[in-house]
Amino acid sequence: MANMAQSIRMALHYGETHLGVKEIFGQDVGPPMGGVFTATQGLKTAWNTPLDERGIVGAAIGLGLTGTRCVAEIQFCDYIFNTIDLLKLAGNTSWSCSGLYHLPIVLMTPVGAGIRGSIYHSHSFDALASRLPGWKVVMPSTPLETYGMLLSAIEDPNPVLFLVPKALMRIKGEELIPGEPGTEKELKAMIDAPLGDRSQWTPKWPALKDVRVPIGQAKVLQEGTDLTVVSYGRSVRMCLSEAQKLEDAGEMSAEVIDLRSIYPYDWQTVKASIEKTRKVLFVNEDTEVTNFGEHLAYRATRELFYELEAPPQVLAGLNVPGIGLHNDLEEVSVPHGPQIRAEMFQLNQLRA
Amino acid sequence: MSQKLTDSSKTSSLSSELLVKIHDLMVKSRVLEERLIKIYKTGEAYFWIGAPGEEAFGVALGLLANKGQGVEYDYFHLHYRGTPTLVAMGLTMEDSIRLIMNKETDPCTGGRNFSNHYCFPEWNVVPVTSPIEVQYTVAIGTALAQKNNPKLGITVVTGGDAGSAEGDFASSLIWASRPGNELPMLLTVQNNRVGISTAYEDQHGEEYIADRGKAFRMKTMVINGLDPVESYLKLKEAYEYVRIERKPLLLEARVSRLYGHSSASGANFEDSFSDPLQTFEKTLMKHSILSEAEIKNIYKKYEDESWEAVEKVRSEKPPRAETVWDHTYAQGENADWRKF
Repeated sequence: MANMAQSIRMALHYGETHLGVKEIFGQDVGPPMGGVFTATQGLKTAWNTPLDERGIVGAAIGLGLTGTRCVAEIQFCDYIFNTIDLLKLAGNTSWSCSGLYHLPIVLMTPVGAGIRGSIYHSHSFDALASRLPGWKVVMPSTPLETYGMLLSAIEDPNPVLFLVPKALMRIKGEELIPGEPGTEKELKAMIDAPLGDRSQWTPKWPALKDVRVPIGQAKVLQEGTDLTVVSYGRSVRMCLSEAQKLEDAGEMSAEVIDLRSIYPYDWQTVKASIEKTRKVLFVNEDTEVTNFGEHLAYRATRELFYELEAPPQVLAGLNVPGIGLHNDLEEVSVPHGPQIRAEMFQLNQLRA
Repeated sequence: MSQKLTDSSKTSSLSSELLVKIHDLMVKSRVLEERLIKIYKTGEAYFWIGAPGEEAFGVALGLLANKGQGVEYDYFHLHYRGTPTLVAMGLTMEDSIRLIMNKETDPCTGGRNFSNHYCFPEWNVVPVTSPIEVQYTVAIGTALAQKNNPKLGITVVTGGDAGSAEGDFASSLIWASRPGNELPMLLTVQNNRVGISTAYEDQHGEEYIADRGKAFRMKTMVINGLDPVESYLKLKEAYEYVRIERKPLLLEARVSRLYGHSSASGANFEDSFSDPLQTFEKTLMKHSILSEAEIKNIYKKYEDESWEAVEKVRSEKPPRAETVWDHTYAQGENADWRKF
């Protein structure tokens, strides 16, 4: 089964061979490295830019203005912050000219903690990204969904910010991407660049198929009746794991939703679940103050107040300036299994 | 007409027909800008910003454009002093007035943005924005799309001297000049030697901003942007170099700012700056290319046109509040989160 880095690579290959992607670029994105996470190895349109995030985002906007489909990468979202006004510009371009121009661009960036990345390789960006109107913001949690969501992002006529949970980059999927060979070894031999001299290497791409995960649609990963847990990215896998354990132990029946799209988000799926369980917990890694989960909790409170049995809860990263390098510091800074389980227990005990 | 006016180098000349055309467009741009200022001052607009004093350079920049839509034509990443360039490309007074008066009929923004924030896809004029630097990085993208195109479209990006202090200006120099990956970009800086209220000397150590291009092995020019003949001839040379060589060129034009930064500073005439139009008219009269009476008639023609345009646009509808979500996303996709 492909891991997330391989799924990105295959989606981009499908994009440049079937969906009109002309330029894939960013720092170390082209040969010889093919991305610090290897997600762009072997792609025919991938190239290295100067180490200049503003140039990368500006170039993507300019290409989009010409109608050229492109996928740009900021190597870590920790380095995207100096492009904020360009991200605002990309988001407001269509609106400010009343639709005379659109930007069919994708900007990828790895986000979140989990690789012991210290202060500048562990930031989250989803809360801030949700404050960039005009962008679509997505974060997949499995390789197959990454593949399908990236194809949707490429074909979307709007700017799409594709947040990749970096801690999941090397996690293998449980489902084959259609066209993917049956074994990990076969796939690796086909599309992973060899160590050492790669100058003569070319990938042998599998006959990939078109699979889409629509932007704006959440997915119910586990049905339940006692409470709802809504998450995305790395956290959603933790939530699912805890919910399955609790279900197996007969402790509670939790419904787990992978939001997948942060904006626009699938409120109808979330709402239907809350109406059923009457309790909801929103989980993500970004810092807890003005967290995107707070917006969802606000909306749940406002629209479903008389149907709730307990106040909506948000479990998010601590509002600290960074993720400390030491394991104990990282573990305490972002939600992990025990915290998620504890929150679920506490919420399940609450009654209106 | 056989009369010709030579530039200061005496190596080239422009026909009197072209000189009259340039002058006509300069007057049109000036009269339009002064009309926009009046619209602001009579309370019919929230804000004015524009380009009086840049007509000599701006008109030449527009006249020399390979105008059209798509990568085979020139792209324009203008800042908010682009009226002369767009007048030369065909901007109507009505459309400029619709923009400043925030009318539903404003073809550039639909009533959403300031004066001089133009957008004309049919001429590859991409949306003008208020940040003074972002156009330099965005221009990289259109130039990338044009780099390998067999047609000879180029990317033109303009900005001010104060904006060249921003990192995006440096980014454009770096990206445009990578060996083997040079971009067909004509980068210009209209240097009026002041940024809002801060003097050039308080912002810059370099004598010529254009010299920054030399570090990138870039062809550079410093021109008198107050002289329409020099501007036309040098810009013609610059366009041709970028178009044929497919390499960048950094051009600094010395210009004036006749009505201050914007309405925020009063939009009053500042006689400390040279007026390129007055100077040009003296030259045209000296060489008997235009008489004083003919020049007055040109002003009257455009004064009348501008007034008629105001009268017409004034009666047009403002944008409707319920359209506020429109165009957040393409293809009419709903953007109101309350309705997801």
